[in-house]
Amino acid sequence: MQIDLRTVAIEPQRQAFDHLVRRFGNKPASRYQEGSYDIQAAENLHYKPTWDPDHQLYDASLSRIVMADWYALKDPRQFYYSTYTLTRARQQETTEANFSFVESRGLGDMLSDELRAVALNVLVPLRHAAWGANQHNAFVCGYGFGTTFTQPCMYHAMDNLGIAQYLSRLGLLLGDTDALDAGKAAWLNAAAWQPLRRYVEDCLVCRDPFELFVAQNVALDGLLYPLVYERIVDNHLSVRGASSVAMLTQFMSDWFDETRKWVDAVLKVAAAESDANRDLLTEWTRSWSTRAASAMVPIVELALGADADEAVGEQLAAFQARIQKTGIVL
Amino acid sequence: MSTVFIALQTNEDTRPIIEAIEIDNPHAVVHRQPAMVKIDAEGMLVIRKSTIEEQVGRDFDLQELHINLISLTGHVSEDDDTLTLSWNS
Repeated sequence: MQIDLRTVAIEPQRQAFDHLVRRFGNKPASRYQEGSYDIQAAENLHYKPTWDPDHQLYDASLSRIVMADWYALKDPRQFYYSTYTLTRARQQETTEANFSFVESRGLGDMLSDELRAVALNVLVPLRHAAWGANQHNAFVCGYGFGTTFTQPCMYHAMDNLGIAQYLSRLGLLLGDTDALDAGKAAWLNAAAWQPLRRYVEDCLVCRDPFELFVAQNVALDGLLYPLVYERIVDNHLSVRGASSVAMLTQFMSDWFDETRKWVDAVLKVAAAESDANRDLLTEWTRSWSTRAASAMVPIVELALGADADEAVGEQLAAFQARIQKTGIVL
Repeated sequence: MSTVFIALQTNEDTRPIIEAIEIDNPHAVVHRQPAMVKIDAEGMLVIRKSTIEEQVGRDFDLQELHINLISLTGHVSEDDDTLTLSWNS
């Protein structure tokens, strides 16, 4: 008896969910598409919020930005739960290795007192700013509209919490619990930190989710991360022999490079949607980045002294050049 | 003109690669078979790192392609940014 084997191709009845077929055509959908598109609760919202009876619980009109389709604000990194957690888990391993390298070889003890003081004075109070960034992104996620836009904001919020923790660990490693107490005291009372603290606290009462996105993720992060982690840690401190600090803040540099692509993509699509959006984004970006720049000056002064003005000025110019690529001319 | 082809396993890793090949090679014909996608193209087929990166949203090393590669025909011309299959090089 002879048996012939042959392959039979069975066409699946459906290639993807109907709502994805409507958006992307009849072909298999990616996990990112399945986990992001058309899953914002948009109708049959039974209860109006008691604190704001004029709006629905999820309401696109909470922002002055108007989008025909909020799902156009997609994340170029295509993060959904699985890819996001896998990526961050890998980075967490690297950071753990860096911390144990610095700790096991006593690199923290080798720092000169002067450089250690600069690292602690500049970095430790920033954990409070990072916690603020966590709150702001959680707000944007909660009150923003469209899952492709809000989902990465929640990841961003968790990243900021992680950064606050790394900064705390850095403080504990280089200066024990005294460093954290001193950092909190500086955040609350030192004159240099009050402009940034005021900025973060003003953001806490900003009710427009998109404006908050601009204030925190575009304006403040866009200046703070290059100034602190590139100019102060990677350039100023490393050149003077404190490259161990740069090992401990490697995640922050990598993270800023990665998330900047997402922030720029969101701005670009929102600005291209309409002239009204572009004007609004220009106004927000201009006013918040001017404020962020002046808030950063006294902090950069803690490390660079008299060169702080020039450093912030250069960074502001670089920031404007970056934002210009998204179609927003400052 | 002769046909070159590349065959890849069907999975979540190759989906964006196949989309990138379709974008870069409008003349290519995609055959979806059980567990395998075979892409035929007249004369030449080019796979670009930059197009794949746009599809996956992260940095992509073209060597990652080989993990899911089943077979291919044609002369292979490969550098960091492209992998080209053709018969007339």
